[in-house]
Amino acid sequence: MADRWQLLFDAAILVIILIGIWRFRDPRAASSGNLLVGLALFCALGIVIFRSPAQTPWIAGGALAVGALGGLSVARRVNMTQIPATIGFQNGAGGLASCLVSFVELSRGSAVSGIGEAAGVFALVVGAVTFSGSMVASGKLAGLVRQAPLAIRGHRGILAAGLAIALALGFGLMAASGSARAALAGGALLASLLCGILFSIRVGGADMPVLISLLNAWSGLSAGFCGVVMQSQVLTACGATVAASGLILTHAMCRAMNRSLAAVLLGGAYAPPPAGLREAPTAQPQDAGHGPGDGEGAAASDPFVRAAELIHAAANVIVVPGYGMALAHAQRSTVQLANRIRQLGKEVKFAVHPLAGRMPGHMHVLLAEAEIDPDLLFDLDEVNSEFAAADLAVVVGACDVVNPAASSVPGTPISGMPILEAQQAKGVVVCNLDDRPGYSGVDNPLYRDAKTVLLLGDAAETLARLMERVQ
Amino acid sequence: MGEMAVLIGVFAVTFAIGILLILRIPPRLHTPLMSMTNAVSGVTVVGAWLLLAAGGLGGLGLALALVAIVMGAFNLVGGFAVTGRMLRFFKKKESPHG
Repeated sequence: MADRWQLLFDAAILVIILIGIWRFRDPRAASSGNLLVGLALFCALGIVIFRSPAQTPWIAGGALAVGALGGLSVARRVNMTQIPATIGFQNGAGGLASCLVSFVELSRGSAVSGIGEAAGVFALVVGAVTFSGSMVASGKLAGLVRQAPLAIRGHRGILAAGLAIALALGFGLMAASGSARAALAGGALLASLLCGILFSIRVGGADMPVLISLLNAWSGLSAGFCGVVMQSQVLTACGATVAASGLILTHAMCRAMNRSLAAVLLGGAYAPPPAGLREAPTAQPQDAGHGPGDGEGAAASDPFVRAAELIHAAANVIVVPGYGMALAHAQRSTVQLANRIRQLGKEVKFAVHPLAGRMPGHMHVLLAEAEIDPDLLFDLDEVNSEFAAADLAVVVGACDVVNPAASSVPGTPISGMPILEAQQAKGVVVCNLDDRPGYSGVDNPLYRDAKTVLLLGDAAETLARLMERVQ
Repeated sequence: MGEMAVLIGVFAVTFAIGILLILRIPPRLHTPLMSMTNAVSGVTVVGAWLLLAAGGLGGLGLALALVAIVMGAFNLVGGFAVTGRMLRFFKKKESPHG
C-alpha cells in the first residue's frame, strides 16, 4: 500500500492540515483553516474508499452516512454553552472508534507484529479510557452527572491496578493465538473502560478544562497508535497533531491554575479550606447588601441604585465574566450593559480569566456568540495591572477567578492560582446567583468587602433591572 | 520493520511540528482549536474502513468495525460542523473592523 502515489497523497494531505492549523493564529482566518483541514481529511477518506474498496460497500457506506448525519444534526442544534459537553461527547466517539478498530485488528491476529502490535494494545487501552472518561466528563458538563469530584477509598491504587491489569492482558494477547486473543483483548477493553470512569469521576467543577484538554490529547494519541497498527500514515500523522494540541492546552490550563497535572487529576495536593473561612458566609449575612453610599436614606440602601450610581460615577469600567453568566444565559445582557456604559462615554474592558469557562477559550466563544466587540476582550496578563486604576469592576457570575483568598489564604484548592485583581478597583459590583462559595468551595472575601455592591439573583434579571437605572 | 520505523518517524515529526504551530495560537481561539483537532481525531474512521477492506472479520468483528465507522464519522463530520458554526461568530464580529 505504501507505493509512491499513496506517499505523495499522504504528504500533501498532511501539509494542508498543518497549513489549516497555522491559520488558527488569526480569528478571521481560522474559519478558512477549519475548512481546509476538513477538506483535506475528506480527501484522505475519499482516497482510502477509492483505493481500498470495502467488501461490503453498501453497509459500510450506510454506516458512514449514519455517523455523518448524526454528527451534523448534533452540531447544528447545540448552543455555545453546550460546546464543552458536545466536544467531550465527540471526543469519546473518536476514542471508541480507535479502540474498536484496534480491538478487531488485534483479536483477528493481524499481519503486524512486535512494535505494531504493541501500538495496537496502546490504542485499545488509551481509546477505551478516552471513551468512558469522555462520556463521564460530557455527562458532568451537560449536568447529567453530579459535577462534584467523587473519590472512592483507595482511588489511586484501584486506578493504577486497573491500568496495570489492562496493559498486562493487552500485552499477554501478543503471545496468545486463536480465540484466546479475542478474550484477552476483551478483558483489556473492559478494564480500560473502568479506568476511564474512575479517572473522570475524580475530577470536577473548576478542573473540567484540564480534564477535557487531556482527553482531547488522548483521543489523538489513540488515533496515532491506531494508525501505526493499521499502517496508515495519514492516521498516524493526524493523531500526533491532535495529541500535541491537547497536551499544549492541558499545560496552558494547569499553568492558569498554578497546579501540577498530577495535583489536578489525582487530588490530595491541598488541605481542605480552614473551618473559619467556610463559616464566613453565615457569620454576617445581613452585611450582604453593604456598600458605598450606605446610610444615605432609604433610596441609597437599594443595591441597584448604588450600583447604578457607581456606574455613572466611573470613567473606566472592567467587566469580569464568569461561567455563572453562561448558566444564567446572561451573555447578551452583559454585552448590552457594557455597550450602554460605553454609550455614556466611559471606557469598558472585559477581563477574561483562562478558567472562566468550562474549557480553554470557552468564554471568548460565549461572548463572541453575544456579538461582543472583540477589541474589548483582554486576557489575564494584559489587563490585570489595570484594575488598580479602574473606577469600577463589574463581576458577572464569576467567583473563584476573582477570589482574593487565592493569594491570601494558603492550603485551599485555589491557593496560588493567579486571579483577576477585581478587589483593587475603587468600586466593585457583583452580580451573582448567591453569595455562596464558587466551585472550589472557598468563601470569597470580595463579596463582604465594604466597597462591593452585591446584586444577588439570576444574572439575566439582575442585569435587566440594572439596565433600567443606567441611562 | 522498516514500515514501522517510518510510521514512528511520522508520528514523532508531526508531533513536534504540531507543538511548534499550536504554541503560537492565541488563547481566545483555544476552544475552536480544540474542537477542530477533536474532529481530526475522527480520522480513525479511515482505520475502520481499512478493516472492512481487508475483510475476513467474522460477525462480531464486522459489527464492531461498523460501530467504529459510525462513531468516527460522527466525530469527524460533527466536529468540523460545530467548529465552523463557532468560527462564524468570530468572523461576524471581526468583519466590520476590517
